Amino acid sequence: MYKYREEELIIKAILVLEDGFTLIGRTFAGSGEIKGEVVFNTSMTGYQEIITDPSYKGQIVTMTYPLIGNYGINIHDNESKKPQVEAFIVREYCDYPHNWQSEGTLKEYLEQHNIIGIEGIDTRALTRHIRQDGAMKGIISTIDDDIDSLIDKVNNYPGLIGKDMVKHVSCQEEYQWNTEGKYHVVAIDYGIKNSILKMLEENDCKVTVVPANTSAEKILDKNPDGVFLSNGPGDPVSVPYAVKEVKKILGKKPIFGICFGQQILGQALGLSTYKLKFGHRGGNHPVKNLANNHVEISTQNHGFCVELPDKNELKKMGGYLKDLEVTHKNLNDNTLEGFKHTGLKCFSIQYHPEAAPGPHDSRYLFKEFNEIMSEK
Amino acid sequence: MPKRTDIEKILIIGSGPIVIGQGCEFDYSGSQACKALKQEGYTIVLINSNPATIMTDPEMADRTYIEPIEPDIIEKIIVKERPDALLPTLGGQTGLNIASTLHQSGVLKKYDVELIGANFDAIQKAEDRQLFKDVMSDIGVGVLESAHVTTLEAALEFADQVGYPLIIRPSFTLGGTGGGIAYNIDELKDIASNGIYQSPTDQILIEESIIGWKEYELELMRDKNDNVVIVCSIENFDAMGVHTGDSITVAPIQTLSDKEYQEMRNEALKIIREVGVETGGSNIQFAVNPENGRRVVIEMNPRVSRSSALASKATGFAIAKIAAKLAVGYTLDELQNEITYETPACFEPAIDYVVTKIPRWDFEKFPGVKNNLTTQMKSVGEVMGIGRTFKESLQKALRSLEQDRHGWGADGKDIYTYQELTSLDQSEKADMINKIKIKLITPNSERIFYLRYALILGMDIETLYEYTKIDKWFLYNLKQILDMEVELRKSITSTTSDSLKSLDRDLLYQAKQYGFSDKQLAYIFNKDESMIREHRIQESVEAVFKLVDTCAGEFKAYTPYYYSSYEFENESHRSEKSKVMILGGGPNRIGQGIEFDYCCVQAAYALKEENREVIMVNCNPETVSTDYDTSDKLYFEPITLEDVLNICRKEEPDGVILQFGGQTPLKLAFALEKEGINILGTSPNSIDLSEDREKFSEIINKLELKQPPNGIAYSFQQAKKIADRITYPVLVRPSYVLGGRAMEVVYDDAALENYIDKAVELSTEHPILIDKFLEGAIEVDVDAIADGEDCIIGGVMEHIEMAGVHSGDSACALPPYSLSDIIIEEIKQQTKQLAKELNVLGLINIQFAVKGEQIYILEVNPRASRTIPFVSKTIGNSLAKLATRVMLGEKLSDMGLDEYQKTNYIAVKEAVFPFIKFPGVDIVLGPEMKSTGEVMGIDDNFGMAFAKAQMGAGVLLPLEGSVLITVNDRHKADVLPIAKRFRKEGFSLIATKGTADYLRDNRLEVETVSKIGEGRPDIIDYMKNDDIQFLINSPEGKAALKDEIKMRRQALLKNIPIATTIQGAQATIEGIEQLRASKLDVKSLQEYHVD
Repeated sequence: MYKYREEELIIKAILVLEDGFTLIGRTFAGSGEIKGEVVFNTSMTGYQEIITDPSYKGQIVTMTYPLIGNYGINIHDNESKKPQVEAFIVREYCDYPHNWQSEGTLKEYLEQHNIIGIEGIDTRALTRHIRQDGAMKGIISTIDDDIDSLIDKVNNYPGLIGKDMVKHVSCQEEYQWNTEGKYHVVAIDYGIKNSILKMLEENDCKVTVVPANTSAEKILDKNPDGVFLSNGPGDPVSVPYAVKEVKKILGKKPIFGICFGQQILGQALGLSTYKLKFGHRGGNHPVKNLANNHVEISTQNHGFCVELPDKNELKKMGGYLKDLEVTHKNLNDNTLEGFKHTGLKCFSIQYHPEAAPGPHDSRYLFKEFNEIMSEK
Repeated sequence: MPKRTDIEKILIIGSGPIVIGQGCEFDYSGSQACKALKQEGYTIVLINSNPATIMTDPEMADRTYIEPIEPDIIEKIIVKERPDALLPTLGGQTGLNIASTLHQSGVLKKYDVELIGANFDAIQKAEDRQLFKDVMSDIGVGVLESAHVTTLEAALEFADQVGYPLIIRPSFTLGGTGGGIAYNIDELKDIASNGIYQSPTDQILIEESIIGWKEYELELMRDKNDNVVIVCSIENFDAMGVHTGDSITVAPIQTLSDKEYQEMRNEALKIIREVGVETGGSNIQFAVNPENGRRVVIEMNPRVSRSSALASKATGFAIAKIAAKLAVGYTLDELQNEITYETPACFEPAIDYVVTKIPRWDFEKFPGVKNNLTTQMKSVGEVMGIGRTFKESLQKALRSLEQDRHGWGADGKDIYTYQELTSLDQSEKADMINKIKIKLITPNSERIFYLRYALILGMDIETLYEYTKIDKWFLYNLKQILDMEVELRKSITSTTSDSLKSLDRDLLYQAKQYGFSDKQLAYIFNKDESMIREHRIQESVEAVFKLVDTCAGEFKAYTPYYYSSYEFENESHRSEKSKVMILGGGPNRIGQGIEFDYCCVQAAYALKEENREVIMVNCNPETVSTDYDTSDKLYFEPITLEDVLNICRKEEPDGVILQFGGQTPLKLAFALEKEGINILGTSPNSIDLSEDREKFSEIINKLELKQPPNGIAYSFQQAKKIADRITYPVLVRPSYVLGGRAMEVVYDDAALENYIDKAVELSTEHPILIDKFLEGAIEVDVDAIADGEDCIIGGVMEHIEMAGVHSGDSACALPPYSLSDIIIEEIKQQTKQLAKELNVLGLINIQFAVKGEQIYILEVNPRASRTIPFVSKTIGNSLAKLATRVMLGEKLSDMGLDEYQKTNYIAVKEAVFPFIKFPGVDIVLGPEMKSTGEVMGIDDNFGMAFAKAQMGAGVLLPLEGSVLITVNDRHKADVLPIAKRFRKEGFSLIATKGTADYLRDNRLEVETVSKIGEGRPDIIDYMKNDDIQFLINSPEGKAALKDEIKMRRQALLKNIPIATTIQGAQATIEGIEQLRASKLDVKSLQEYHVD
């Protein structure tokens, strides 16, 4: 790669996917070698929220929008304490941000946390490749330029299927997010985003955040008004311990789950999950609220999904499932986006009503949580 | 919920002639709407006075009325057609205003016509600025300190409270007409009083200034179930203070964080719901304070707008088509995304490229007008550049503009060269910085280039930000382009003789990624463009094509809409089908407008019918040609040799059609031919033959035809000699400019000398051309099609203004209204002779001048002319389509065409001018074209057709009152019969002394009025007091200029119809006679064509 600015050292970076698909760029932050599942996000704004979202643990994220870094980094927009992506891929990084809130550059922020950021990649080609052949494992290296060696490395990397990523991002100790609020909510942290906590707070909840492996007994001992199941990274079948505890809470306390939380709730109710070909990540998917036929533009970030049996099948399925009601559907691919069980006072959403980044169309769902918590 | 079945017939209002602020984007939106609703099975009734549009093609609607867009006329159409609904949101401000009027007057209610798309309340809430602000305050959306006033006193009072600068915006005007920024009390007085006058409601809004804030726009869609999506977000490069139509704009938003963007989005949703736009598109503008993020809403358009067209092209989301379908009851989730097929239209496009729009101005057409940009829009067109980065899209857009720039400077066209600026000494540098500073502080059409000079001089981003308030993010990107240029320059080492040898491939590749054109590289490396191209191809640095797919690659896309970039993957693949490429016309400008886009679109339709794959290349986002379903493949690219060759290398078309896009593609003819590209139709050689004076004169002589006597002069002496030979008056013009620029008629040696002294720099490279001016001759335009053997005449048009007025500015009638059949026959024969001699394959346009029995040939253009759509609409046959078939090899004799015949109805084309936007500019017509658009009037007789054309152009002919006549001595005898006819119709006559005396001598009753400066009350007072309803004024020539200009400007401001030629006056009285004698009736094209 040509060094066209004297003062900067340009380091070549190679991206290789498990099927050998190779693109060459240069680093704009950090160096070294890193593996992960390569996924793309189609949001045109919100790179800071994306890189700090714990759901991206284990993933190398590429932004389809080509210009990234434009408005810098600020303290308010973090979704967790640090970047969570394994690495970040962009078409063109901007090292001269301008925004009144900006406190530094994306490069500085990533380097502070030893995250590799690369640019000069045809991110559209990468996106199209993933779309056609599915999400796959990949490796970024600035130290090894032998493609065959990189293919070997990436194929020896086990990937995310069946792997518990939650334990890497869940809090280790219980903590109090805030102290005031009409409703006491225990939020099980599978990798919770700050904006979810902020939304709960805004909706008059006092939130106690507990680690993912907290027992149902411990949670019920607190006698909360409701239990919240958070978003989180990786394969939902990799955390049977979480599903087991949620099962014990069913019917005892109102439950609201988001994203990974829906996948946990779904399993607790007896539904299965599956991996999507390349996932949903972005801020523009239409979701239909089946209760009022209104379409919400949603923020999406999930690689797995809860299986959607049709109404008749559900009826036949017995257990809790016969009373399960599908509430939200993705209009792009008809996948399940939300369900509820009125008797058990639980409901969940596959996408992100808290947005961050993305449209705020679905924030009413936090109000609905309030409502079921107040029906005593 | 499916479409509505309780309505069957829908009336759609077009936007009328192309004017500044309302361009051909409404042809795009209107055409989409017509197509979409027709497909849904509705009966479409269309009214639009503009014949140059695709939407007025008879196939687009069931009933097409090319009639003036006036309330009375629309009422007549409603009475005749009895539509169930009126869709007003696709015809720009014109459509919306008319719909409001019809609602208020009760016409809609009387005939039970439902407004669909936007109801009257919503229109009021969005359009009445005070009401809008009140509503915004109610829902907690930030607004500006402002006051709505109807008097100058109230304006001054507000200024006392808030301070300067202040922004003034008149209510209900197009493109901010009559608005401005006042920095002091004098300016406020001027602008406010003019603004109050301009506003149809005599209202202006004065606001606190937010000049320097960041400006944003959101494009929204809403359906009747209250689903709302943001189709596109736009950020302005230029800060607040420059009209958004005059700003460089970029999509999507670049410098807002997600939080800021979502808050803006939330407000936009709130606004559209509160205003109550039931269905369809809306556009909302916001300003954001860069210091603290404070956000205010500026305005809302409850309709499809110029920005909607841009947003459609920028995202691939068919806003107009979908808006039309929502208006008839569909919901967004019921409609398909036509690009992905699998996903619904209810989503927000994600784009993975950057779009830059740059306006195109024509300031040089209006001498004396400064190129400063304000809140009043002055641009006449725009281009859009698509790239993977802002840098690439900006440079592509700049070279799309066709102002002979090949990117952001470094193209050999800079006023100050890089070398010049980098070699200044300290004091010279300081001087230069001062010079440039002025150009940065006051926004102007050249500012983008001055930013480069400033950066070369070492001015830093902070300083430039302080001067321009252009976001630092943009400035940084500009700096990166310059850094790249510097790096390229550095790579030229003195040791190698071949500058390209030392050019690193990666650097070259990156330069291309930054949007550098081969021409810029050629300039930097001092090579020919072709050498750069060869080197590039050798190094395999080649453009790839990416898809515009609305979803950033997330879904498979089926619509072939491409842009070029320098990237890893190419997505455009050649099919095996026989393919023809059409090169479009680029940006609209005076002299090359929608007419050429019309021809390109017709060609695309014809090629599809002939089962060819159609590849369209164009860079104008306002057009129908850049609608992705017009052709089989759309390349949204600059029309330059480099960009066209890139596409040719990928597509290998069987042929390329150049003759429909105006001058733009023709300029490439020889170069493309040289590269082995097959040019369909008339050969570049033949085109050249007609443009080369000497060669052309030979042909004229050979055919024993006549041209006005002429000569070429390299000095005043030579010029004088020629003038003596051919006798005055003569028409003079520089040899090197096209389109009538700097052309003048001179009557004596003094004027000739003055012209040579002042207007042109005479040199051996730049001689002037001198033609005998055929005073009083009738000019005739002919459009014809030839196939090498036969030639069929499409139409013979008689100009109303005499020869000497640019044909694009002259009104004309089809068929001729005064020429004898013998003359017409002779003109037809001469046309055929010339077509044969020039070996024309396709269209040919010839301009003749008829003086007495003599026929002179003024100009031959073997290509599509501006009048093709007008002729096609009139005769009911698409000449461009037929010409396309000829170019594919079909013979006219096999097409079963009839020879041109006089129709039993008559159509008049009238030009529309932008004078009101350019204070102080004279409105007199001359050899330089100044009109931006045209309208057509059609009726059974000339008078009525003329009256309708005037009405369409916004000139309501008076039926009673006073006529002021002030003509020069040459015209006194000519004006007499006209004056008599006015008297006969009951008008009283007023004239200035000379004219009055003459008329009185001829026993007409006349009141004498003082000229300006000859005592009060004078002409101006009369006009101001509404004592004059029509003005006949033939200019005195160069001498009495100033006062005459003042008088004509006053007429313009008071909207008093004015004739500056005898022929114009004659036509006007004929129109008035008809209007007084008979009822004005409406009739659709379909009815005319059947008859």
